[in-house]
Amino acid sequence: MTPVLSIRGLQVRFRTGDGILHAVRGVDIDVAKGETVAVVGESGSGKSQTMMAAMGLLAANGTVEGSVRYRGEELIGLQPRALNRYRGSKLTMIFQEPMTSLDPLYRIGDQLSLPLVAHGGLSKRQALARAVELLELVRVPDPARRVNAYPHELSGGQRQRVMIAMALANDPDVLIADEPTTALDVTVQARILDLLRDLQGRLGMSIVFITHDLGVVRRFADRTYVMRHGEVVEQGATAALFAAPAHPYTRMLIDAEPRGRKAPVAPSAPVVLDARDVRVTFHTGSGLFGRTRHEIRAVDGVDLRVRAGETVGVVGESGSGKSTLGRAVLRLQEASGLVRFEDRNLMPLERGELRPLRRRMQMVFQDPFGSLSPRMTAGEIVTEGLLVHEPALSRRERDRRAAQAFEEVRLDPSGRNRYPHEFSGGQRQRIAIARAMILAPKLVVLDEPTSALDRSVQKEIVELLRDLQTRHGLAYVFISHDLAVVRALADEIVVMKSGRVVERGDVERIFEAPREAYTRELIAAAFLAAPVET
Amino acid sequence: MLPFILRRLVSAIPTLFLIVTIAFFLIRVAPGGPFDLEQPLEAKVMENLRRIYQLDRSLPEQYLLYVGALLRGDFGPSFYFRDFTIAELFASGLPVSMTLGGLALLVAVLIGGTLGTVAAFRQNSAVDYAVVGLGTFGLTIPNFVVAPVLQIVFGLMLAWLPVGGWNGGAVRSLVLPVIVLALPQIAVVARMIRASMIEALRSNHIRTLRSLGLPTHVVVRHALRGAVLPVVSYLGPAAAALLTGSVVVESIFGLPGVGRYFVEGALNRDYTLVMGTVVLVAVFVLVFNLLVDVLYAVIDPRVRYE
Repeated sequence: MTPVLSIRGLQVRFRTGDGILHAVRGVDIDVAKGETVAVVGESGSGKSQTMMAAMGLLAANGTVEGSVRYRGEELIGLQPRALNRYRGSKLTMIFQEPMTSLDPLYRIGDQLSLPLVAHGGLSKRQALARAVELLELVRVPDPARRVNAYPHELSGGQRQRVMIAMALANDPDVLIADEPTTALDVTVQARILDLLRDLQGRLGMSIVFITHDLGVVRRFADRTYVMRHGEVVEQGATAALFAAPAHPYTRMLIDAEPRGRKAPVAPSAPVVLDARDVRVTFHTGSGLFGRTRHEIRAVDGVDLRVRAGETVGVVGESGSGKSTLGRAVLRLQEASGLVRFEDRNLMPLERGELRPLRRRMQMVFQDPFGSLSPRMTAGEIVTEGLLVHEPALSRRERDRRAAQAFEEVRLDPSGRNRYPHEFSGGQRQRIAIARAMILAPKLVVLDEPTSALDRSVQKEIVELLRDLQTRHGLAYVFISHDLAVVRALADEIVVMKSGRVVERGDVERIFEAPREAYTRELIAAAFLAAPVET
Repeated sequence: MLPFILRRLVSAIPTLFLIVTIAFFLIRVAPGGPFDLEQPLEAKVMENLRRIYQLDRSLPEQYLLYVGALLRGDFGPSFYFRDFTIAELFASGLPVSMTLGGLALLVAVLIGGTLGTVAAFRQNSAVDYAVVGLGTFGLTIPNFVVAPVLQIVFGLMLAWLPVGGWNGGAVRSLVLPVIVLALPQIAVVARMIRASMIEALRSNHIRTLRSLGLPTHVVVRHALRGAVLPVVSYLGPAAAALLTGSVVVESIFGLPGVGRYFVEGALNRDYTLVMGTVVLVAVFVLVFNLLVDVLYAVIDPRVRYE
């Protein structure tokens, strides 16, 4: 069978300030009619740029060589006007960033009409009528009204549905989906993926899935290409590939799914954190004239108890209040309720009284890029807390402690005079962990510490955190939306939704026998349970 | 939207009042008065003049009289242009200045916008460098240099256009002053549009349009609508400045606008003229800032005034 889309010997290079970046090095990919093909790889593997090149969407400093044929027609080297005969009608693409991929200044209906008018030859009025049908097709509720909405009036999931509707507007042969669900909450992810599969069944198009998520690949793709450093290292039917990966890199990727369980804590271990009935309320709107004042209960009466050496995983979707809870128990966020740390009630303490306690309760944030000052060396960042808590230390002694902390998080201590931008994402997260560990804390609140990292790097960070916990008897509050990671790290799980605890219990119990529908939905969406037959 | 506009207009009243008050006392602090000539007037004459123009009253009294007149829409008589009231001076000068300023603004937006857009689409090409170079030129060469050069070339050497004069607003008389007024604005608009277009063209939603294979004019329209926002906020105050006239351009081309009153009023201590121009500029600035805010909400649906 001749493929619909055939990529041969594709090379992509970017001119950068540091010379030529060879992003894609001779890639061959075939997509047959109606087939779902996954292109898997970690960040920087060239998987997105391969498809961007095929669509003629490379950045201005990019050049492409090789061949991309759509039903035998060569696309590489076509002028934009000629390429536009295929783009948006035969070949379409949806992107990772649903929040910014729609024009904020135009109504949904106007944007949906664009490809219909340009390729389908519809009049503006016909296109708007068709736009309503398309919104219905992608199951946006109340399409007749939503067609007049602006993007900022829709949620992330709805915006991605609109993107899908735009891509499907002219009944394409190939839909390229570049990490279409990565920026969305897990349950929304699952619904978008179901929608894509359902639409594929009805419309018979081919889908190219660009993703780092092996769970998605395993469930959706007929065939899989594994990319690394701009090359395809392995390809084949998905089931066969997962069953018997030939290339060590593929094995490593499959193996990188967080595994293992944490050893339980002795019930006699001392309680480090005991929070009761924690409440955080935010006020929005202009309260000055008392007119449009809204109250949002971000955290609504939550209890949290963590023993030394224990990890409590707090899971939930964005907006569930899990991060706010993490900040509230450290008193980084005004809250009501009772929070005991070791033997002190934190709530009545003033800033000055809290300071000596702060060194024993630390926090690690999600964003390894934003949370480190770009103007300080890694060593300075790691030892900054010592300046506050052990001001008597000599410079030489601080440096020795920095080297020690680097070794503890398995970073080369000689790198402590370098700046954050010289480190990779995983290394930066290690620096952030070292910054917390140097103060010898008892409690660490970890707010999505692995979410911005590639799976293989995630696995290393998970192992590091586990190792540090056993060595120092740390209590962790592990906030995450990633159930696979939580399962590998936590003793107890707290499931949050809209500021309240929906369900809590042992890891085993939660995963084996979830009681609440919401918990079941979260687990199913994370592909941890066997796929539910529909 | 309408309540917002009304509220903004109402809130402009105290602002205007404050400006009037500050300006009134500030010009009185300046040494000298409207009748201090090089050869001092006779004491009797001076006394009469001061009485006629109510300058013999106490300062607070004069202030109250002025504000009272202003509320009735009376800007008072000019102290220097003895036979005219301020209102008459504005009535004759403002149409001239507004015609010139309005045309200059239009030229700046059309030419500057086009140049900036073209440059952004051909970033780092010869066209782009030419636009950036022209922008630097327009901003750095002062108008009192550009104006005489244009007068010499087009007025004297080629004799295509008149060197100066208003001539009842004849098109031929407008060309040179409008070009001189517009040149620096073209430069600013072109640079701003270029910068924000480059940003817009890199944005995700423009990538979406490209992936949909839409024709270039659609992509430009979408990119431009986002890119004009910063320019709109610049154009508010710029329009207020352009429409209230330019001293230099009006002097060089001998045009009867209101721009020269700024300087002449201040130098001659023509108190009412100074106050008149202050009120005029303040009103223009307030109105155009309001227009900018309204335009912002029209362009960007995320901006909503309640």
